[in-house]
Amino acid sequence: MDSNGSEAGPAARRIPLRSTADNAWKIVVVGGFGVGKTTLVGSVSEIRPLATEEVMTRAGEGIDDPSAVRDKRATTVAFDFGRITLSAESVLYLFGAPGQERFWFLWDRLFSGALGAVVLVDDRRLADSWYAIDRLEQHGMPFVVARNTFEPPKHSPQRIREALDLSPQVPLLDCDARDRESSKQVLIELVRHLCARTEAELSQRQEERQVARQEARQEEESHS
Amino acid sequence: MTRPPRSDLSDGPDRLYTVTGGRSTAGTHAFDVVTLIVTEQQPVPGMQSEHARILRLCRQPTAVVEVAAELGLPISVVKILLGDLLEAGRITARHPRFAPAQARLPDLDTLKQVLHGLQRL
Repeated sequence: MDSNGSEAGPAARRIPLRSTADNAWKIVVVGGFGVGKTTLVGSVSEIRPLATEEVMTRAGEGIDDPSAVRDKRATTVAFDFGRITLSAESVLYLFGAPGQERFWFLWDRLFSGALGAVVLVDDRRLADSWYAIDRLEQHGMPFVVARNTFEPPKHSPQRIREALDLSPQVPLLDCDARDRESSKQVLIELVRHLCARTEAELSQRQEERQVARQEARQEEESHS
Repeated sequence: MTRPPRSDLSDGPDRLYTVTGGRSTAGTHAFDVVTLIVTEQQPVPGMQSEHARILRLCRQPTAVVEVAAELGLPISVVKILLGDLLEAGRITARHPRFAPAQARLPDLDTLKQVLHGLQRL
């Protein structure tokens, strides 16, 4: 199971949320086995990363069905999460999830509504992240790629972009998942990327509206 | 007599089945994994132990996923238990306000709030 180091359970003292907390966001950290997802989540989280599990049926049907485990149609997938309080009202949850194909069915399910994703890569095993990147693109979920540099980097950023076939808009940065400040920068980069996308979308819509108005005006003039 | 099939669940599926009273869906309540649960009524004697644990846990707002981790139960099972408590008026649920079904991206103001929150860390 691609869940490392953290155990679930009431052993650690719980740090509760503020009573005013009323809105939660999600960011997903995805990557291959052992790339440092739990480490990254743990270095920015205000709680020790917790592990939880979900029961999944393999067929797309009756997916919410814990009784399906009786006839071996189901399996369980473990994943880690951490949490960051952003303000009196809002809190951000970080989910570390295995990126391999066989776990993908977890995603649509648990992570719909996520703001975006961080794809954590190890540049000695870039192919491990191909599948995750394909799926994120398919889903239109915005993401950044962060290279965990726990060892001296092997490739240039340009080489990584090529190997991952990243579009130029997708930010690529180096990070040290063990370092709180570095992991925080990865999240900040993702949210900046989201802001940029939203701004681009807004200005595009505005442009389209202007073009439409202009066309309507020309239409009117040609009729008068 | 044949050996029963092995399950992937360490707890055993039958135990989970018992916890939920044999039910397998969470009814009509759509809990997100980060819906925040808040206890409105304290546990009473004779209550199912999982229900009582949830009520103790959620005296402060607690996300569904944290409830699942603390109880050591799968999320789908926890959602069923939460559905019971919600129906009985013992908890309230604060759902995430960002629903991407309606909009691809949250609005800029919201994103900037998240950004500022992260920068302040």
